[in-house]
Amino acid sequence: MSVFSLIIINKAGGLVYQREFQPGLRKLSTNDYLVLAGTFHGVHAITRSITPKLPLPVTAPATTPTTSTPNAVSPSATSTPAPSTVTHSFPNPGIPATGLETMETDKFRLTCFQTLTGTKFLLFTDPTMTNIDVIMKKIYELYADFVMKNPFYQLEMPVRCESFDRNLTGWLRGRA
Amino acid sequence: MSSATKASRIGEELWKTRVDKVNAELVTLTYGTIVAQLCQDYDGNYQDVNKQLEKMGYNIGMRLIEDFLAKSNVGRCANFRETADMIAKVGFRIFLNIAPTVTNWTSDNNQFSLVFDENPLADFVELPDDGRAQDELWFSNILCGVLRGALEMVQMQIEAHFVSDVLRGDDTTEMRVSLVRYIEDEMPPDEE
Repeated sequence: MSVFSLIIINKAGGLVYQREFQPGLRKLSTNDYLVLAGTFHGVHAITRSITPKLPLPVTAPATTPTTSTPNAVSPSATSTPAPSTVTHSFPNPGIPATGLETMETDKFRLTCFQTLTGTKFLLFTDPTMTNIDVIMKKIYELYADFVMKNPFYQLEMPVRCESFDRNLTGWLRGRA
Repeated sequence: MSSATKASRIGEELWKTRVDKVNAELVTLTYGTIVAQLCQDYDGNYQDVNKQLEKMGYNIGMRLIEDFLAKSNVGRCANFRETADMIAKVGFRIFLNIAPTVTNWTSDNNQFSLVFDENPLADFVELPDDGRAQDELWFSNILCGVLRGALEMVQMQIEAHFVSDVLRGDDTTEMRVSLVRYIEDEMPPDEE
């Protein structure tokens, strides 16, 4: 049961942080990590855009104009979709599509957590590991504390904060 | 209404369990010193002071939003009304332990006011008696910037400004917040 490594990707798809927590992992070159981050960012965007959408039941938009007063039709026609075309929506429209969240092989599991600001945390773990969301949440908190609150950290730039490294390793070691 | 009460509950809970507290006087005095120093540095040009405070707040907001999200663990708001409740009842609660009232919505739901019953930044403050500060300086203008920076990071472009302040002798302290647009992010259009 262990965490192998962590990658942080900024909202533009750039690699800002990469670190291994397990000794002896084969390292990639810096360039490969950059390519990996960019590729994942693209794949993530694709998985979100291919999320299947269902046709909306046409009843709601179509009936409103006919039942309401005639002069209400013309202004509402611009804001609501034209009744002739069928509109599509996600199965649960209140929840936006997230894109790729986990990827698993028999040797590792990749968990992706995207914050509302667009930053992505990629965690490589043992596939049998449980409660990854707890770890992810803690990593996000440490990031908010030791990276974002460091006044000399420039937003969207590579993370070089020693206290973040220290606290991260300390916390992960503490729970192992 | 339910979204407001839900937000209040989240705010209270976080304030009690997740927030490190600091001495309120430290905050008040630190902020007061900053504003006073700016007034000196800009030679009493209060428009510039307002602008500078807003800019400082903007930089804080862009960072603070991550802390807000990491602590509160809330999801995306469904609409701007929900966003307003989140700001007033959760955001202000966990960072300043106040909960301004959300009011004066426009009919298109794109503009609202935050009315502050209390404002820890302005405790003990009296504006300079030079005949201009009372009309020109928005003492707590940093808050406008914080909101702008924080919301920009979650894809909302807003505009915020104070319309009244008890420090100026007004009856209330009121900030007006307007949604400019939702920022459709990611893909630059030419890269498809």
